[in-house]
Amino acid sequence: MLSIRQLGVSFTQYDQGLNQRQLTVITDLDLEVQAGEVVAVVGASGSGKSLLAHAVLGILPDNAQVTGSLRFKGQPLTPARCAQLRGQDIALIPQSVGYLDPLMKVGPQVRRVAQLGGLSKAAAQTAVGRTFNRYDLLPSTQGRYPFQISGGMARRVLVATAVVSQADLVIADEPTPGLHPEIATETLTHLRELADEGRGVMVITHDIEAALQIADRVAVFYAGTTVEIAAAADFPERLRHPYTQALWRSLPQNDFIPVPGHQPSPDQLPTGCLFSDRCPWFTPDCAAERPALRSVRGGLVRCIHAD
Amino acid sequence: MQTNGLVGQGLWFRYSPRHPWTVRDISLSVGQGEVVGLMAPSGYGKTTLAKLLAGYLSPHRGSVLVEGNPLPRRGYCPVQLIFQNPELTVNPRWRIERILREGQAPTQLDRLGVHPGWLRRYPHELSGGELQRVAIARVLNPATRYLIADEITAMLDANTQAQIWQTVLAYVQQHQLGLLVIGHDAALLKRLCVGGASPKENRILDLTQPTTALVPQF
Repeated sequence: MLSIRQLGVSFTQYDQGLNQRQLTVITDLDLEVQAGEVVAVVGASGSGKSLLAHAVLGILPDNAQVTGSLRFKGQPLTPARCAQLRGQDIALIPQSVGYLDPLMKVGPQVRRVAQLGGLSKAAAQTAVGRTFNRYDLLPSTQGRYPFQISGGMARRVLVATAVVSQADLVIADEPTPGLHPEIATETLTHLRELADEGRGVMVITHDIEAALQIADRVAVFYAGTTVEIAAAADFPERLRHPYTQALWRSLPQNDFIPVPGHQPSPDQLPTGCLFSDRCPWFTPDCAAERPALRSVRGGLVRCIHAD
Repeated sequence: MQTNGLVGQGLWFRYSPRHPWTVRDISLSVGQGEVVGLMAPSGYGKTTLAKLLAGYLSPHRGSVLVEGNPLPRRGYCPVQLIFQNPELTVNPRWRIERILREGQAPTQLDRLGVHPGWLRRYPHELSGGELQRVAIARVLNPATRYLIADEITAMLDANTQAQIWQTVLAYVQQHQLGLLVIGHDAALLKRLCVGGASPKENRILDLTQPTTALVPQF
């Protein structure tokens, strides 16, 4: 359904005066989302997870340049096609509740999405009522403006927005932080159900453990690149990339032990492997060139030492 | 009620007389060298309570005492609050070095991984995780006796989260600070507050049950 190959995103910035510079924030990013599947995207903060979502929707700012190939249902995603598809065939559950229209009551906001998806006004209203009920939002919530509801409620409204749309591809950007654990589980379960109905779902999250409950595959991002794509069942013993293993160990329910050091900043990327300065497996070969994404034990990994 | 430690006693607060109470009759205490967790879903007044305890807001009823005294009205507050979004707590037009010197001279730059190269930069030139380290470094100084961490790692990846907590817990233990950790990640609170940094008894409070707010949940 969605196929991303060698994606690169860079921004043109003003440095000093009229000097411009290019800041490359995503390099060689690969990802595939099939119909009926949930793909979780996890990884370092600032590794380009949200930018990927924005690239797929064609809502990057004007100073961004996109390279590589983005295809949806086999056809390239051009800016014009993005504009046509988003909200209809591709829906985003955004990360920030600031994405709601502050001047519109939340009920009509969600209903409008359902109508844009092709439902009649009456059918859309029924769908909104049903979805609000499902997410424990009182019917009176429909008449409230975004500033009158709590952060958790606003998040549930955002999820409802994607649920009532008829989109084939749903991208959820951090759908669960701030939610009560039961509602977080319910939200993820609903995303799973959307996939089981034949849609493709991409969930961007920090909560690896929650993601594993619903995901078929997990893509791990680091410094703007895909370092590993693993089956959910590969966690935790069969992980291939040292960063994925480190991420797993650092969870509070596991060892809570971090690897030292920081993700390289976009203006100082090393020529070799992006994780090389923090990697326990480092050898001089790692610094020579960027490792290619290769197939190891049924998954993909960007590391020359993984086996 | 004890007189030492950071004590909030019978706190009530609402944002306007027309609104319902955001904080209703909450009492809690954090002793020196103690790590206390505070858990509740969104909308239960966690952040409001944190602001009351750190002196950003004044309670309508009840009192906040530090070692038996009210919070100082001027000068450096011994109770320091670290927020979830660091970009909203720094002056965007100041360089990092000036931000760090805003209160007292910071002492933990190396251990928090605050790189000397960041000092000449502006806040928007750092990532969220980097800026959060700066915000934490700003308050880890001898004048701070109590720390309130309001979801300070909620938007960070697991590795950065573990890095930040490793440093904060080591500092809290070494200097016998009181630490109130606000969050909704049960695994994280359990890790931080039960058998964590402090050898004293550590507790996790659940704000959804005000009457039992002082009963450990794990």
